[in-house]
Parts: sequence; structure tokens; C-alpha cells
Amino acid sequence: MKSDVKSILMAGVGGQGVLRASDILCQVMMDSGLDVKKSEVHGMAQRGGCVTSHVRYGRKVHSPLAKKGDVEVLLAFEKLETLRYLDYLRPGGVVIINDEELNPPAVNLGAADYPDSVISIVRERFPSVTVVNAPELADRAGNRRTANTVLLGVLAKFLKIDGKQWEKGIRESFPPKVAEANWKAFELGRNA
Amino acid sequence: MTASKKKAAAGRALMSGNEAIARGAYECGVRFGSGYPGTPSTEILEEFARYEGVYAEWSPNEKVALEVGIGAALAGARALVTMKHVGVNVAADPLFTVSYTGTNGALVIVSADDPSLHSSQNEQDNRNYAKFAKIPMLEPADSEEARRFVKLAFELSERFDTPVFLRSVTRVSHSKSVVTPEEPVPVEDRTAITFNAAKYVMVPFNARVRRVEVEKRTQALREFAETFPENRMEMNDPEVGVITAGMCYHYTKAAFPNFSYLKLGLVHPLPEGLIREFAQKVKKLYVIEEMDPFFEEQIRALGIPVIGKEIFPYTGEFDPGVIESAISGPRLSGVAACPVPIPPRPPNLCPGCPHRGLFHVLNRLKVFVTGDIGCYTLSFMKPLEGLHSCICMGASIGMAHGMSKALGEKGRGKIVGVIGDSTFLHSGITPLMNLAYNRGDAVIVICDNRTTAMTGMQEHPGTGYTLQGARAKAVDLLALIPALGIESVRVVDPYDLKATRTVLREELNRPGPSVVISQRACVLFKRGAEAARKPLRVDPDTCIGCRTCVGLGCPAIAWRSFEGMSPEQVKKNAKKQDGMAAIDGTLCNGCTVCQQLCKVGAIVEEE
Repeated sequence: MKSDVKSILMAGVGGQGVLRASDILCQVMMDSGLDVKKSEVHGMAQRGGCVTSHVRYGRKVHSPLAKKGDVEVLLAFEKLETLRYLDYLRPGGVVIINDEELNPPAVNLGAADYPDSVISIVRERFPSVTVVNAPELADRAGNRRTANTVLLGVLAKFLKIDGKQWEKGIRESFPPKVAEANWKAFELGRNA
Repeated sequence: MTASKKKAAAGRALMSGNEAIARGAYECGVRFGSGYPGTPSTEILEEFARYEGVYAEWSPNEKVALEVGIGAALAGARALVTMKHVGVNVAADPLFTVSYTGTNGALVIVSADDPSLHSSQNEQDNRNYAKFAKIPMLEPADSEEARRFVKLAFELSERFDTPVFLRSVTRVSHSKSVVTPEEPVPVEDRTAITFNAAKYVMVPFNARVRRVEVEKRTQALREFAETFPENRMEMNDPEVGVITAGMCYHYTKAAFPNFSYLKLGLVHPLPEGLIREFAQKVKKLYVIEEMDPFFEEQIRALGIPVIGKEIFPYTGEFDPGVIESAISGPRLSGVAACPVPIPPRPPNLCPGCPHRGLFHVLNRLKVFVTGDIGCYTLSFMKPLEGLHSCICMGASIGMAHGMSKALGEKGRGKIVGVIGDSTFLHSGITPLMNLAYNRGDAVIVICDNRTTAMTGMQEHPGTGYTLQGARAKAVDLLALIPALGIESVRVVDPYDLKATRTVLREELNRPGPSVVISQRACVLFKRGAEAARKPLRVDPDTCIGCRTCVGLGCPAIAWRSFEGMSPEQVKKNAKKQDGMAAIDGTLCNGCTVCQQLCKVGAIVEEE
């Protein structure tokens, strides 16, 4: 009995909208008729620490947590965070990197270096690496805070989910005032 | 959008375990809830409070919350009481005796445990409380079960006249999965005043009688457990059987879908007959549970050989990988380790956090700071290093008193206890009274940020609002503290470093106990927000690279080493300068704490 369940791991820093993005993704998947589970930790992690969200989907999902070496797509909202969760990816897994650097405290204090070779390290190990500048595309969509939606758009390229479901999911997830900018951001991501 | 606002008619909804617990309680007619916020339990009551016709309150602590629930149940209501695992410690006193009295109405206590200590000071396994206090406990494995099990918990409470535990863990409370909500049942008012002293007055004479009733009830529950449909056998491969419960069922199922399972919905008391029957059907038997060998010890005591903690960890959260490697050996292939060091990203105080200035001052005063539970506990870390102990809520004051008594003269002017506003009202008042009564010699600082910040801005008796948004009497700290016997109470603004330092010095030099209220609203707290301040910037022509501002550990302040900079960027204003500070204007809220520390005036307002 081979399971059809796949895992996506989203990783970023508190305040980047990781949880909102994974909420939307799960809603869209559920509306597409899939079983879906997602998991993350709230609380202390909100204070500028790492934030991850595991999303697992398929016909019948048991665990809301992915195991190491088994993730299909790693979506890093911050460049360095790609490295922190690299061991979750399955061989041949897909990596999407937001080309944005947010310094951890030790780097700010001058006690550690921000690794300068993130993208080449990832490229050496995985065949499919997409690098986007999400804040820049979000600016183009008219709202810098839509960077997380841009990244969902990039992710959509690798998932077999109907475009109409995405549009419905994204428009319904935001107040009317910013829904259009988010849909635009999603499309910019999908076409990036 | 919250689950309570979504249309239940939609058929399927994505809910967190916490949202589902609230939903299930609402569906089965529960309209009374109390609790104290604590990760991972907080959202249960917040969500429950949003349903129509519900009464829900944040009580000042878990003991009070449980007593409120007991009172409501005694009046005939169905009461939901929520707390995190360590909150049950606070509520343990009434807990053990309400087990004797029974509940009249219905009483369900949610204990949200935190394996791996994602947001807690310990990793206790609260299944032990069920056995210890002789209270049945249900444990759901996902959101849909959470919704259904809370209803079963209320049914059990009514049927067996007992409080019932619903145990969640972080991974159930904070994961989302698909739920099929049902229409709420019509609510009937069953409240009334009934007198029954023999049952509700627990003096020895009555309690001895009730004690026997508790044993009878437990026996009845054991029999019930044998046929309870949520104690469920799933026979697949008879070679390997697994006894498990809650989220561990899903982890194991994901790794080994073909094993046979006995999934326990009721984790206390255990169905001995069912366990024996299952054990006979399989050749090899694993018991898979996070934290304590709670099932394992009881099953071994039945004389059934099992494989348990000799291969599965005692500590930390499991996942399918943990279980797979324990059973099949570690999987090495396909895991890509990172070849370079990755700087950690620990949680940090926010830019403009009012705690930062206070803890910088405390660090410089070279005092011992007993700490408490709150965001400010993070200031034990580099570079602030302004806090030196953390045990539990309320502990800072009692510990400061004990230290000052033990040290005597050696401790004069060197002991400070810090506590938050919510935690002070949770369990700081009694130890402060003790500090005054037994005349300890310590300065207590109440970090009053006007809210319960760490768990996400919950109201408390000092905020002037209730959980459901009604205006309330706010505790007047300046009246309360002197009434406890503390003669010196002073208020400072922690954004004002000089005043904070001066007041703390004066109070440390004053013999006897005193309180300093460090008062400023949390920067994330919208209601407490003042007019926006201008962000600051570092003037590169003035900065001498002394790193003083960097030492505040503010996420908005970065160190820029000259190494690797182009020559035109390098601005040297001091002999041995090797870099300069920089402020990220998008993060800075203009609190001016760094500006006050800068000796050369290099930190200025952004134009």
C-alpha cells in the first residue's frame, strides 16, 4: 500500500506571512477535494524566531508533520532558512527561495556570518531551484506585504491545482481592499 | 477568518485542534467557559468566546478558572475549563477534590501538553494527572476527533458524575485538519440551586464516603472502557501490533500503515480486557507514546510483554521519522546535510519592546534578577543577560524574598525580582504580601505592558476589559500594593533609561521591600499604541563603532563590518574602528533607547 501523500515545507521568519500563506494553500487544497493537514508552532516562535509550516496532502493524510528526507517542495521565505531545513527534502525535491536576507541576531552582533553561498549550496544538491525576489514582485503588485502571496504563485507552478481554485482561495482570504493586489502578486509569482 | 464565523453548512472546514475543541463544545450545548491563557491552549477559549450566547472568561489563574468551572457545574451548567499543562499544576488543589465531589452538571478540563517544550518551561506528561486524581481522560488525535471527543467528554462527565480531562498536545492544538461540523443541539437551561452537603462539603466525614464512590466510579469506567467505540482495534498484519493514542497514532500510521493497531481514545482508565485480546492477536507488540511510559508500565503490569521505551525516546515530540528509525533503524540515504554553519534564529524581544531598556539597566546594575514567565524571560540571553532564573509564574517574588533572607547582609541591594502584569495578577500577589509580611529585602519590578503579550494580547484583571470585550474594573496596582504592606511603590517609563536607572538605584539602596512598576504598553498591542514615532538612523560620519547600541540586541540594529566594504563606504571616526552600526528604518519604532546610550550622538531621527 503505497501512500500518495506529499509534503510541502514552508520556512521563514516571524512576520513574513508564512502561516497565512500555508492557510491559503490548505484551503485551496481542501476545496480541490484533497485531504490536507498542516502543522506549525505558535507562541515563542512569533518573536522573530524561525517559523515553519508543514503542509501534507493526498487522499488520506495521517501525520501533519513531514519526516526528514521526504519533503517534495521546500519553500523558503528567507534565504538562509533554506539551509536550516535542507535535510527535510527528498532527493530530487523542488526548492523555491525568496532572495531576501534577514539577519539572525548573531549576525547582527557580528558574532556569526550570514552564509554567502546559500544558492550554490542548494543548486549543487537539488536539480530544481527557483530563486525569486518576492518583495520586488510584491512592490510591482502594489503592496509590499503581498510577498507571501508572490511565493504561493511560484509554488503553484509545481502543483496540479486548478487556477480557478487558486483565484477563489486567494480572493476570499483577503479583505476586498487588498484582494486584487494579492491576486496580482500571485500571478506575478506564477509567471516569474 | 475564525472557525466560529465560518458557515458550518459548508460541510467541511479546516480547523486547528483548538478551534475544533471550541466548536465541539458549542455544538453539544456548552455555554460556559473559563481558563487562563497558555501556549498551546490559548485559542480554545478565545474561539469559544466568539460563539453566540456563550459566557467565557479569562480568570486570573488556572486555579481560579477551575474553581469557576466547578461552581458553574455545581449550579448545573456544562462547563469547559482550559489551560496548558503547567496550568494544571496551579489548578491541582481543587482538581484532586472535585474528583471526590463529582460535578452535578458537567465539567471538562482541557490540558494542552507541550512535548518538546516549544513554548514551556517543562515537558510534563499530564496523563499522570488523570491516574493521580482518578479522573477519566480522553485524547484526540486530530481536529475532527477533538471536535467529537469534547462532546464525548461532556457525556462521560454527566453519565459518571465526574470531571473529565480532554488532553491535547501542541501538535493537535496547533495543526489544522479537515473537520465536518454538525449543527449545534438546542440548549436547555438545567441550572438551579441544589443543596447536597454530604456530596459537596469535603470535610473528612463526608470525604471518606466520597473516596469510596471514586473507586466505584473508576471501576465502572474501566468496564465502560472495554466497549467504548473510541478504543478501537484495527486489524491488519497480525505480525506487528501497536498500542497508541492521540497524535502518535497518526505518526505511526504514516510510517507503518500495514501494522495492526489498538488506538485508545480513553487514555485513563485503560481497558484491560481489550488490551489482552489485542496482545493475543499479534505476534510482536509495540507501545508508542510520547514522554512517559504511561501505557507501557500499566500494560507490563498486566504481564504482557511489549516493546516500548527501550527503543522509543522518553523526551521530545515524535514524528513519523522518529518512529520509523526506532523500529527500522536510522535511514541515512537521501538526507542532505548542510555543509556550512547556520546561525541560529532564537526568538527575540521586538524592536521597541519596553522590556529592552529595563533589562539593559538591570544588567548594568550587577544585581541578581529572579525571573518569571513572559516575553521578558528572553532577556536572559546575550547580549542583554538581565535575568538569572525562571521557574514558573509568580516564582520570581518568592525566590527574591528567599534569596534576600538567605544572603542577609551579603544580598543587600543586590536582589531584584521581575514579573509581568498578567503574571503578577496570576500568582504574584501572595508572594508580594509575604515579602512585606516577613520583611524581605528585594526590589520587585512589575513589567507592566498592559496586556498578556507572550500568548498574543489576552485581557487580564488589570487591563479594564474582559475576554468578551466588555469594560471591566481594572485592578489599581498603586492602591493594591501599599495595601499588601509595601511602603514604596514607584512608576517608571522603561524608555527613559536615566529615570529607570535612578529609581532602581534608589530603591535598591532603601532597606526593606519595594516595588517599581515599569510601565509601557507592548509595542504590538494596538489598544496601547501611541502616536507613531519617527524611526532613527545611524549617522555614518559620527558613529565610532563602539558597539554599545548593538549590545541592546535590537533586531533593528545591525553591525556592519568594514571588512568587505568598498573604500568609499568606510567612514572611520575613531582610531581602532572596524565597522559601524546601522538601523533598519522599516523595523525601528523610534523608542530612543539606543539613542540615549550613544555617547557620540550618532543616532539621529530619520529625515
